Amino acid sequence: MSLSEQEVRHVAMLARLALTDDEVTNLRDDLNSILGHIDTIQQLDLASVLPTAHAIPVTNVTRADIVVPGLSHEMALMNAPAQQCGAFLIPQIAGGGDDE
Amino acid sequence: MSDLNLSAWNAADITDAITRKEFSAREVAQAALTRIDALEGAVHSLNQVTPELAYAVADRIDALVAAGEGLPPLAGVPAAFKDNMNLVGTRTTCSSRILANYESAYNCTAVARMVAAGVLPLGKCNMDEFAFGSSGETSATGPSKNPWDLGRIPGGSSAGSATAVAAGLATVTLGSDTGGSIRQPGAMTGTVALKPTYGRVSRYGCVAFASSLDQIGPFSRTVEDSARVLEAICGKDPMDATSVERPSESFISAAKEADVSGMRIGIVRDMMEMEGISPEVRQSVLDAALRFEAMGAIVGEVDLPTSQHGLAAYYIIAPAEASSNLARFDGIRYGHRVSDPTDTLDLYMRSRSEGFGTEAKRRIMLGTYALSAGYYDAYYGQAQKARTLIASEFTTAFQGFDVLLTPTSPQVAWKFGEKSDPLTMYLADIFTIPVNLAGNCGISVPCGFAEEDDVKLPIGLQIIGDYFAEAKVFRAAAAIERDLALDLRSPLVIG
Repeated sequence: MSLSEQEVRHVAMLARLALTDDEVTNLRDDLNSILGHIDTIQQLDLASVLPTAHAIPVTNVTRADIVVPGLSHEMALMNAPAQQCGAFLIPQIAGGGDDE
Repeated sequence: MSDLNLSAWNAADITDAITRKEFSAREVAQAALTRIDALEGAVHSLNQVTPELAYAVADRIDALVAAGEGLPPLAGVPAAFKDNMNLVGTRTTCSSRILANYESAYNCTAVARMVAAGVLPLGKCNMDEFAFGSSGETSATGPSKNPWDLGRIPGGSSAGSATAVAAGLATVTLGSDTGGSIRQPGAMTGTVALKPTYGRVSRYGCVAFASSLDQIGPFSRTVEDSARVLEAICGKDPMDATSVERPSESFISAAKEADVSGMRIGIVRDMMEMEGISPEVRQSVLDAALRFEAMGAIVGEVDLPTSQHGLAAYYIIAPAEASSNLARFDGIRYGHRVSDPTDTLDLYMRSRSEGFGTEAKRRIMLGTYALSAGYYDAYYGQAQKARTLIASEFTTAFQGFDVLLTPTSPQVAWKFGEKSDPLTMYLADIFTIPVNLAGNCGISVPCGFAEEDDVKLPIGLQIIGDYFAEAKVFRAAAAIERDLALDLRSPLVIG
């Protein structure tokens, strides 16, 4: 399989990456080279093989239902790029009352 | 005691000397920090140095000594942690611009267990950005340099964790290994480097790369120190549901016994015959096998044919999981945010683009593509099936053998900039990746040297064990370490 620049731009949107035109070209070439190797996996006959969900079988992991201190409000906000009134501040996502 | 030089000491000797009051833990901290001042500029092992944390623990140890109380098992041992492990009072940057100012809000369990065991936290180790790399060159803070030759890469991604030990800045360090990121730099720097079995050590507080493959493990100068650290950090952690409680066993005793008589050791023949493996590396591993035989081990050969597809499976699974894990870096709750976003989409897209380096973008793109609509079955589904085959191939091999031998890496340390093509770089991990996919354990232990340009460069032997068979791995690694008795002091340690 091989990717076109248009597909690279589509994947970049899915990944929420703003790429320059040069990055798109370079990534197209890099990804196609890597995919060329990865595609060798299609040679394996895996029709009857179950996929690995987990390396070590662990099931129904529980712990005692005891209240313990968690991350404090202050620590949770410690690295916030912007905050207001004890909350993470982001650009406006809905129309303001004065608009239109 | 400003002339105290502990750069070639092992952990047990340091703790014993503190117990006997030959020197204090504070003096150890001073000596280690003085050495960092002198050498960090040359090797760039550390993204952050934390004297206040080192002295705080040292004073706690010295108070115990003064009170005549028993010391914890790693008391006064100089240590450092890969910069993807959270430790309150330090930044956790993953050597990425996107986390350049990130302050740890909680403690990584493995790191907390090390500190509880008495180590002196000297700082946070440089790494490939988000552990994406095999040379240390993708770090946003600049690459760590190999103490054996400063013009060469130290391997990666746990580059700084390896160089800190090889340069004698720290006695032990922690790294993380997703496809070889502990073992491969261990081989490149002549250090002992362990990837424990998946689930042996809690991953809580270690920034996730590929959650089904990641495992934390130690770098050290000796196999016994590796065992000592594993005993301190292993075991169930309620904060990591994939961590496993196992019956208590002494890894230190296994390392001290160093006995391989009757042990069944398998050379992985088809890996030894792979293209691209250097003749010196190949010969050194075959010589090690002969030494094992001379020590009473039963040496045979085994093939792992599906493991040849490990690299392809890995470069689907690891980037897929990474693209998902790195979705959390969106400039909202932490990390880099553009100064002038027009809306949230613009904020996400430009913050991520400014924050992530080239290799991080490459892996995110590869993983996003592999998981995107229409490609899941062909890539991720197929890779997870290949993983099942690789794991069952190991299980079969371990019915006939106690441990398996391969080179850790096909080559010794290369020069900076030598591998510019991503795929060529990825091939450096061809022998270590299958172990992560299967989830069992492996150690890299120095087994010889190659000469390039009149420079002596270490070769690593990978000893692979079955699930939770670390004791056997330590026994074999300690036996070859004792038998070869290599002088593993790098030029920076000899001075």
